[in-house]
Amino acid sequence: MIKLKINGQERNWDGDPDLPLLWFLRDETGLTGTKYGCGQALCGACTVIVDKQATRACITSVSDVVGREVTTIEGLHPTGDHAVQKAWRQLNVPQCGFCQAGQIMQAAALLIENPKPNHDQIREAMAGNICRCGCYQRIENAVHLASTGV
Amino acid sequence: MNISTNPKKLRGFERYVKVDNVSRRSILKGLGLAGGFVLAAPVMSRPAFAAYKTGAGEMPHGTVVDPRVFVSIAPDGIVTIIAHRAEMGTGVRTSLPMIVAEEMDADWSRVRVQQAHGDEVKFGNQDTDGSRSTRHYLMPMRQIGASARSMLEAAAAKRWGVPATEVKAVNHEVVHSATSRRLGYGELAADAAKESVPSIEGLKLKDPKDFRYLGKGQISMVDLRDITVGTARYGADVRLPGMKYAVIARPPVTGGKVSSFDGAEAMKVSGVEKVMEVKGWPWPSKFQPLGGVAVIARNTGAAIKGRDALKIVWDDGPNGKYDSVAYRTELEEAARKPGLVVRKEGDVEAALKGADKVIIGEYYLPHLAHVAMEPPVAVADVKGDKAEIWAPVQSAGGTREDVAKTLGIPEANVTVNVTLLGGGFGRKSKCDYAIEAALLSKELGAPVKVQWTREDDVRNGFLHTVSVERIEAGLDKSGKVTAWRHRSVAPSIASTFAAGAKNQAPFELGMGLVDMPFEIANVQCENPEAAAHTRIGWFRSVSNIPRAFAVQSMVGEIAHATGRDQKTTLLELIGTPRIVKLDSVKDLWNYGEPYDSYPIDTARLRKVVELVAEKGGWGRSVPKGHGLGIAAHRSFVSYIATIVEVAVDDKGKLTVPRVDTAIDCGTYVNPERIQSQIEGTAIMGLSLAKHGEITFKDGKVQQGNYDDFPVIRIDEAPAVTNVYIVPAAADTPPSGVGEPGVPPFAPALINAIFAATGKRIRALPIGKQLEA
Repeated sequence: MIKLKINGQERNWDGDPDLPLLWFLRDETGLTGTKYGCGQALCGACTVIVDKQATRACITSVSDVVGREVTTIEGLHPTGDHAVQKAWRQLNVPQCGFCQAGQIMQAAALLIENPKPNHDQIREAMAGNICRCGCYQRIENAVHLASTGV
Repeated sequence: MNISTNPKKLRGFERYVKVDNVSRRSILKGLGLAGGFVLAAPVMSRPAFAAYKTGAGEMPHGTVVDPRVFVSIAPDGIVTIIAHRAEMGTGVRTSLPMIVAEEMDADWSRVRVQQAHGDEVKFGNQDTDGSRSTRHYLMPMRQIGASARSMLEAAAAKRWGVPATEVKAVNHEVVHSATSRRLGYGELAADAAKESVPSIEGLKLKDPKDFRYLGKGQISMVDLRDITVGTARYGADVRLPGMKYAVIARPPVTGGKVSSFDGAEAMKVSGVEKVMEVKGWPWPSKFQPLGGVAVIARNTGAAIKGRDALKIVWDDGPNGKYDSVAYRTELEEAARKPGLVVRKEGDVEAALKGADKVIIGEYYLPHLAHVAMEPPVAVADVKGDKAEIWAPVQSAGGTREDVAKTLGIPEANVTVNVTLLGGGFGRKSKCDYAIEAALLSKELGAPVKVQWTREDDVRNGFLHTVSVERIEAGLDKSGKVTAWRHRSVAPSIASTFAAGAKNQAPFELGMGLVDMPFEIANVQCENPEAAAHTRIGWFRSVSNIPRAFAVQSMVGEIAHATGRDQKTTLLELIGTPRIVKLDSVKDLWNYGEPYDSYPIDTARLRKVVELVAEKGGWGRSVPKGHGLGIAAHRSFVSYIATIVEVAVDDKGKLTVPRVDTAIDCGTYVNPERIQSQIEGTAIMGLSLAKHGEITFKDGKVQQGNYDDFPVIRIDEAPAVTNVYIVPAAADTPPSGVGEPGVPPFAPALINAIFAATGKRIRALPIGKQLEA
């Protein structure tokens, strides 16, 4: 039996310990905010925060996160009003929205590590997250807004 | 009750459809309204009456202009408006209801949007494709809102015993100003529902100067908050009690099938419950599934791991030799010989012979995959002769038809619930994945989710075609273009519907080939044959991508050859402001629109060129290694011009410091979403120009994921994309927005690279061509 802590809640798993965290979250736990986009850590749609690090849930197995704190988009902020989430809404960032949970989690992790990133640092940190709709200009501006208030 | 509509507009086999129960249930189930403005009324297809005509009435099932279908008002005043088109990121789920709210003077904060299930008899055409939603539904939605307003006003006037002309709907209330009486919409709902629906011809629409929402762009998408907190529900997020998870190993070669398979190892994977062969249809078969071997498991991860352990022997069939290198040569050879003449003015052969100079350009664009962030996925629950589908589909009505036909049950027994689409781009206008889920659910007797992996998406999709566009331009001594021969060779989308289709369909020829707007005396467009060896499908902007790339690159080549400015050359070719006459074109396809309302108006094309040149600073001096390029293109009956600034360093590294785009899309609804669409099309345009290439070897796609089919990431994105929207003259018909931004991007980029480096790129993607 594997014991996990997701968004502050204990979860148990007695299946395949190698199951990617992504599918445990989505299919076994019902936390569908974390998305499948590529399965190979190429697109970032599945980004969650493990302890304080942005982590691709699609290549992280359930057993990898035993004893660690997993935060998904559902647990990022109790009322959904994290500075990044608010900035995203203020700038109308999304189009289809499918990648945005991963983008937001990546941005939130960036701001933990570097509360005032410049534009180059934002681009570097966000480069693992693909948005096929092409919302990059707004993503960049929203991360900047979340970190500076302007 | 039985409803008949014009049978010629029906796509399906059922010409009479029972709508009564479905309509009522769907509205009540979602919202639990009681005693509101909800009627199970006879629904008739009613054409919109407008200052301009659109092709909406010619789409399957046309339009339905009936407030009782689209609007319900609860006693507490909450107005629920149906969104009957699919949301894939354009904002249509917000924009169309907003139009209704505008005309009925509803307070947007008290409006809720509900997604329609697939039922085109009830809602009208739902096929969200071809940049048509605003174009076809601006006027019908205004009329629906105005009808609802009129019914609310009539109810209030009766209640007060005053003439209806004395009352007025204002912000969610009807007011009788003479007596200062007012009644909220919730209080009037039950009475309003008893009013007869006013005739469309007699409706009084709002004066545009009184608009609060329409054209303003201050309303955010209704799904915005849900998206940012992870509760927005896409197809992949649907979960049903007892649901099984499936992935399918499909034939790697189009038209192939399973020869034999061994699922023993797959069955040993923890969580795998079943391995089974699934039915496929011979190629081509429209959107029917490819078949293969399905692995059923308790979660998707187990199903994927199980699939990896399958041993399958495939019979590749007749496309097993498809090879992109050889095929390109085939296309080039075809483009150098005459083909079916699809437009002819003057004598191009003689004019080319007599020309002072002939410039020849051959432009190649490979297959492209859509790779929407959400790969195809669907959930189905089939019980007996009833089926319910939850899926991200662009065409809910088409999905309903195809699922019903495949299962052999009446359409009325199929419910298609449309989730949000995690991107569409044309891929999700084909419902093969929903059919797969329905077949598996029927077989297993349980709800099933079929999840496509990214590799499935890249290898088993409906790709953008592959093409060679060859243009010969003949110039006289003064540099004026007197002859233009354009041969377009590409396998047609028609090949996905019928075996042996080798010529392009009118709707493909009409995307930038026969509708070329330049003022040239001798023009000939030809379409030599090309056979398909894989499934070809619509990809955002479709044939406009290779055509604009070719035509607008040729403009750059002519400018260079004659030592003139690109923009000046472009305007000279566009010529005098006029309505282009295309009398020699048989079956001219004008995006399904009547030519009278949506002609090719070169004044509008000139205007976007001039606007983007002014705003984008055409001719400004740029640093060494930088260059500016321009391109303009009409598509989806909108006019767009783009300027791209590039920087190419001494190692050939390409960056894009700035993009400027001007769009004339006629009367518009939501400028904020237009801006976001154009920002996005710059990214998609850059993706296909810089990296986009799907290749085949031995019949199989050689790519599989974002590593070998890369798309633009944030670190390669243009630093800024500026968007300028041409203000619409009164009564200008609305035109497309979702797609038109893509086509001019690549040629503007390529022209800019030429300006920066002197290198003319004629084959996309750019790849490593600048590094040489």
